[in-house]
Amino acid sequence: MYTLVKIELYKIFRKWRTSIGFAAIGVLVPVIQIAMYFQGEHYLQFITRNFSDNFVFVGNLLNGYLIAYFILGSLTIHIPFLIALVAGDLLAGEATAGTYRMLITRPVSRIKLVSAKFIAGLIYTNLLVLWLAVISLGVGIMIFGIGELIVFKDAIIIFAQNDILWRFAFAYAFAALSMSVVCSLGFLFSSLVENAIGPIVTTMTVIIIFTIFSAINIDFFRTIKPYLFTNYLSTWHLVFDDPVNYDEIIKNCLVLTGHILGFFGITLFLFKRKDILT
Amino acid sequence: MQKVIEVKNLTKKFKELTAVNNLDLNVYSGDIFGFLGPNGAGKSTTIRMLTTLINPSSGTIKIFDKPLKQKRNEILRKVGAIVEKPDFYGYLSAYKNLEILGQISGCDTSNKRIMEILETVGLEKRAKSKVKTFSHGMKQRLGLGQALLHDPELIILDEPTTGLDPQGMKEIRELIIYLAKEKQKTIFLSSHILAEVELVANRMIIINKGATVVEGMVQDLLNASQLKVSFEIDEIEKAKILLAETQWKKKIESFGDYQILFLLEKEEISPLNKFLVEQGIGVHSIVPKRSLEEYFLHLTEKGA
Repeated sequence: MYTLVKIELYKIFRKWRTSIGFAAIGVLVPVIQIAMYFQGEHYLQFITRNFSDNFVFVGNLLNGYLIAYFILGSLTIHIPFLIALVAGDLLAGEATAGTYRMLITRPVSRIKLVSAKFIAGLIYTNLLVLWLAVISLGVGIMIFGIGELIVFKDAIIIFAQNDILWRFAFAYAFAALSMSVVCSLGFLFSSLVENAIGPIVTTMTVIIIFTIFSAINIDFFRTIKPYLFTNYLSTWHLVFDDPVNYDEIIKNCLVLTGHILGFFGITLFLFKRKDILT
Repeated sequence: MQKVIEVKNLTKKFKELTAVNNLDLNVYSGDIFGFLGPNGAGKSTTIRMLTTLINPSSGTIKIFDKPLKQKRNEILRKVGAIVEKPDFYGYLSAYKNLEILGQISGCDTSNKRIMEILETVGLEKRAKSKVKTFSHGMKQRLGLGQALLHDPELIILDEPTTGLDPQGMKEIRELIIYLAKEKQKTIFLSSHILAEVELVANRMIIINKGATVVEGMVQDLLNASQLKVSFEIDEIEKAKILLAETQWKKKIESFGDYQILFLLEKEEISPLNKFLVEQGIGVHSIVPKRSLEEYFLHLTEKGA
């Protein structure tokens, strides 16, 4: 299995589309950081305008932590697209290229082949989130320095410097788990068709529609909201609560893990019976 | 002789379409087995079932006397195949493609082995070139290379000469004969070109609409059939008159400006040639024309 995963990773990282994800983050995040460098104070004044009459904010609030927090929140739509771009191609790309015929006539079970591809997809997903962490948090700290993190939720929460890094570590871990759900959904769609465009578009369509449903404040949508996996993609937000609701986080993680296993299980079931006609 | 492939009542249905219908076939050790049929006859579907790309609707496949469904991996370790046109990872080199496929198969992927295979198929100088720069013929050769990589006992080739130039076709034919005679491989060769099979195979089956039309030794089957033979001659009018008075008259299919087309048994070609020459008619060429379609029609007409 180790060899198969290694081969799949080699194939993923030799493809042009893989570098798009890393390049997009490598360009987009620094652009945001540069914009924040010049306009960040205005942004900070804007978000604290309702409190500025009653509070005096002192210290370096526009720091690397705030920038990383801001970027993490604003990229939840973009990152799924970059993941779907690769996950949607994992199986369908073999069909398009005709290489299924070479692969599946090898003395390796379909379950092993599909599992290796899935693991490679998850590794790519996690590396992409890690890259996001390095660029947004690492570079952010280098440019803006460190300080306390101010978070606006139902109330203002200010985290002390020594209380932040572990939260980011968990936030990125939860973001990676959320994005793994996107990867497994894209992978499932990829097993159904012979062209990678379909799974990429379908994955994004499902995420966008479910996100819209989650945001509509009508009874019907409120009822179905707990059953939409997109509702749990922002679990990383919960580690920036005070106190942290660990029960909620554990529940969300179980739901996300369940989705990953469910989507992967369906993929295995379907692919094992699939007739390779390309 | 040991059976290498044993297919019984093999059927594949795609909704309403029956692509393969109760097919039986046996391939023996050391055979170069011609698997013939017109386009759409069910050849590729059968090969896809033999290589586990698609699942049969019913029937059984045994390879090396083991059921394919239950012993898939064990069997495929000893099988090399080209299924339809060989496609590779175009963004990788020929060498890397073979290395990857070899690693998946768990076989020797040393530099020596891969270069040996590339030399066998005449691609050693393009080892480091990306496959997307290869012509169709080069991909066919590389396809043959990947089929040989793990030194299989059974080689399944689906139209391996498609897209090759005459020299390339000749080389592939020679390689097939070399593999069977010198390396004791069993070859399952699918084709829609009867002449190709005739040149290399010892046994063959012809299928149509997914079912067997005829199966047996190549020489026995072909000798039992009539050929359309075109005689190119220099005095067509004189020949017409001469032939009209002989037994050959009823063998004439049609006249051209310089040719006469006969429907002959194989052993009649030489006497007819002798007759024409003895009558002072110059024979410039004798071209047998036996397409699969004609042979197939001949067989079905005979059956009717």
